Amino acid sequence: MLNAVIQIAFAMIALAMVLSLYRMVRGPDATDRILALDTLYINTIALLVLLGINTSNSAYFESALLIAIMGFVGTVALSKYLLRGNIIE
Amino acid sequence: MRRFFPHPALTVAIFLLWMALNNASSLAHTVLALILAIGLPLLTRRFWPEHPPSVKLLPAIRLFCIVIYDILLASIDVAKLVLGPTKRIKPAFIEVPLDMQDPFVGTLLASIVSLTPGTVSIDIDRARWVLQVHALNVDDREATIRAIKTRYEQPLKEIFSC
Amino acid sequence: MSIWTETLIALLILVGAGFTLLGSIGLARLPDFFMRLHGPTKTTTLGVGAMVVASAIYFSVTDPGISLHEIAATMFLFITAPVSAHLLCKAALHIAHKPDSESDPKG
Repeated sequence: MLNAVIQIAFAMIALAMVLSLYRMVRGPDATDRILALDTLYINTIALLVLLGINTSNSAYFESALLIAIMGFVGTVALSKYLLRGNIIE
Repeated sequence: MRRFFPHPALTVAIFLLWMALNNASSLAHTVLALILAIGLPLLTRRFWPEHPPSVKLLPAIRLFCIVIYDILLASIDVAKLVLGPTKRIKPAFIEVPLDMQDPFVGTLLASIVSLTPGTVSIDIDRARWVLQVHALNVDDREATIRAIKTRYEQPLKEIFSC
Repeated sequence: MSIWTETLIALLILVGAGFTLLGSIGLARLPDFFMRLHGPTKTTTLGVGAMVVASAIYFSVTDPGISLHEIAATMFLFITAPVSAHLLCKAALHIAHKPDSESDPKG
């Protein structure tokens, strides 16, 4: 049962990533693209956690954690750039 | 005591976080967690506000449960709106006047508002102490303001006694 | 693994994937930026949260010892989601109010 559910969940997350990618390509504004990128990061975390359960390997989780941290820093840096024109003041 | 533990809550938080990250696996990690939990607040004490706010534990736990419950409800609400016809959604910018003037508690309130039903906080106007909120679907502005004030602001004021 | 834990994990995974998908549908479908912001901040965060809890239960049951680092990640996600939403909002308002902006003033 768990295997079937994991396959379905993989498909759902892949669809979610395609939708986020659509918004990132489509825009229309820089903030929309950053928001889409942020969502894409979070979708990737979900995908990695799921992959970890699928392969019974908890090592994937470490990379999910790293992506979470880097994604947050990236979103903050990009928004800050839009707000101020530079990142480090 | 104060000299070695300038921020007891921070010490406990670092210890628990380190134990959680390492699955509370071995004695070595416990010792390392203790060293970090005592060392980091001492090294970073200059960056922290002078007086750590005193927290009432029981109302804090109650608010935590309310917020978790509301996050669940909020997501179902947003799900309904997202899947339904988008033309019927009535978004609005709302200004919620705040009763307290504490930057830390204000930040906490803004974060809670962002995570709960149909509202994202945009900014706190520090000149007027007004929380600017964007709501996804509003029928009654007054009701939304009242909900934020009674459900989250009152408990927060009680927790931090301000 | 008993049938009950397996059902619980399967349910959490489905709920998590469902909410993640809903967040992205919101992102793709809703008409303006501030409305789009609602999907990822709430729905997607909850979706990943549910999925991570499923992972915590799974590894607690299958591996020796309990698996706690998932909880730390969930807390991190729930703390950072409002912060990035807030910064994006400010950036959007800033762009919308800039007079020499080429972008759509609706944001």
